[in-house]
Amino acid sequence: MTIVFLVIGAVSLCVGSVHIDFDHVLRYLAKALKGNFAITSQEELIIFSVRLPRIIFAGIVGASLSLGGVIFQALLRNPLADPYVLGISGGSALGAIVGIVTGAGSFYLGIPLLAFLGALATVFLVFVVAGGTRGPLLDNSLLLSGVVVNAFFSAAILFFLSVVNSMELHSITFWLMGDLSRASMEEISLTAFCLIAGFVFLYAQARKLNLLVQGEETALHLGVNVERTKQWLLIVTSLITAVAVSLAGIIGFVGIMVPHLMRLVFGSDHRLLLPAAALFGACFLVVADTLARVVLTPAELPVGVITALCGAPYFIFLLKRKAP
Amino acid sequence: MPIINAENISFSYAAKPVMEDVSFAIDEAQIVAIIGPNGSGKTTLLKIINGTLFPNSGQMLVDGKDTGQWSRQEIARKVAIVPQETSVIFPFYAEEIVLMGRFPHLSNYRFEDKKDYRIVHEAMEKTDTLAFATRRFDELSAGERQRVLIARALAQEPKVLLLDESTVFLDLKHQLQFLTLLRQLNTAQQLTVIFVTHDINLAAQNADRIILLYSGEIYAIGKPAEVITAANIKEVYDVGVLIDKNPQSGLPRMTLLT
Repeated sequence: MTIVFLVIGAVSLCVGSVHIDFDHVLRYLAKALKGNFAITSQEELIIFSVRLPRIIFAGIVGASLSLGGVIFQALLRNPLADPYVLGISGGSALGAIVGIVTGAGSFYLGIPLLAFLGALATVFLVFVVAGGTRGPLLDNSLLLSGVVVNAFFSAAILFFLSVVNSMELHSITFWLMGDLSRASMEEISLTAFCLIAGFVFLYAQARKLNLLVQGEETALHLGVNVERTKQWLLIVTSLITAVAVSLAGIIGFVGIMVPHLMRLVFGSDHRLLLPAAALFGACFLVVADTLARVVLTPAELPVGVITALCGAPYFIFLLKRKAP
Repeated sequence: MPIINAENISFSYAAKPVMEDVSFAIDEAQIVAIIGPNGSGKTTLLKIINGTLFPNSGQMLVDGKDTGQWSRQEIARKVAIVPQETSVIFPFYAEEIVLMGRFPHLSNYRFEDKKDYRIVHEAMEKTDTLAFATRRFDELSAGERQRVLIARALAQEPKVLLLDESTVFLDLKHQLQFLTLLRQLNTAQQLTVIFVTHDINLAAQNADRIILLYSGEIYAIGKPAEVITAANIKEVYDVGVLIDKNPQSGLPRMTLLT
């Protein structure tokens, strides 16, 4: 699947509002791999400073969201959970909107930072509402309080949407639908670092996740320190996904669909599921983002539109096929 | 030294006391049945023994140490439980479920090795579950699932095996097979077995000792013939019974009077 990702990435480098031949792309990549970073043509400029960072970023975000989906589904023992259920989308959207409306977004990293804080504050809020500070967490209470907090935030977002001017409205809408083109090189490195560090941690917990989805009592019987494991998983996963969401905006369906799909193909063993979901999530979002770039050339669609448009029907197809 | 030693255990859920001043000791390699009417605290007692619940007062010593002092992983190497039923949300294969029994013996970054797979294979052989090793757990029948869970508990290689109504879904043949297996493990590997059951005859025929619980207290404890008496059953269950001797084993046999 790593190879698939590389091939998809290379193809995605070729297409766009300016078409670049595949052999040119390969030649430029080979040159860069040899350590020659001098940019000599317009094509190289497009590849290395526009498309390549964007593809890498799409891959990272796709992987982060998919991992988040796997973990939250396991933690909540609910196949319909995803990073957004716990309020990460609502919280970061609200944070970003506050940034756009108040003008804090004009500062360096202003909007992503606010979105990130919003996401973390919300996860914390959801945790408190669910009673997580008082005693053992029940999976349903976490899910329910996530739904409640999200509903409240949707209302707040709608409120902002109806009072802002049209310029702000445009940038809010674009943010809400997900946009992978804004991330700078530093931001990309940051998300990459979080993803890799998070993945190493999560992969070490894979066997515990297998036990957790059997039910907390079973996990306890088989020797898992359930409460501590859940808290750590919640913290690390929230961090990974909040970073991704705060920089990329809201990209739906990846976090819920990819884990599902991978479970159908590879089974539920998290030792296989985690890497599979991360890689497939990366591939999926790169493809979606490439489509978003080329479908309406030279204009661009928000990538969230593509993921939802492809994701929803495919999901229905899978469910139908699976049904006896 | 007894492997399980309960010293004056009291326990309550919120304000409702469920267990009061319970003391008993179970020696290694004994088979003990816990019986008692609904709500008498049988399952709670099992949970206290495997350290999922902690007594409000008193001590539960497993292998000489208080359950609160063992880590979860350490206690899971000593005590395994076969639950009544588990719900499955995500599809796992039967073999994967059994393999989970190896968790307490593994560290985070280690994969299962040949030895683990051998133990899993043996556990599945003993429970007659190899035939559906590669079938999905959620697609098995209740009895088949129960055997898989028994295999998982065996894969933990525990010193103490706790069974919570673990024979209810088994057909006659597999019930017999399971009871034979328990005795075999009991003599060959010194396995201590503690089982909760509503089937008084099952307890009388198979246990070395029986603990009769009655509203959170031990009403009677001892050999089957000492505990299973018409008077005890009348007092605790409020039903009239006839007790005679099983012609094959000479152990008490109970018939419900209607």
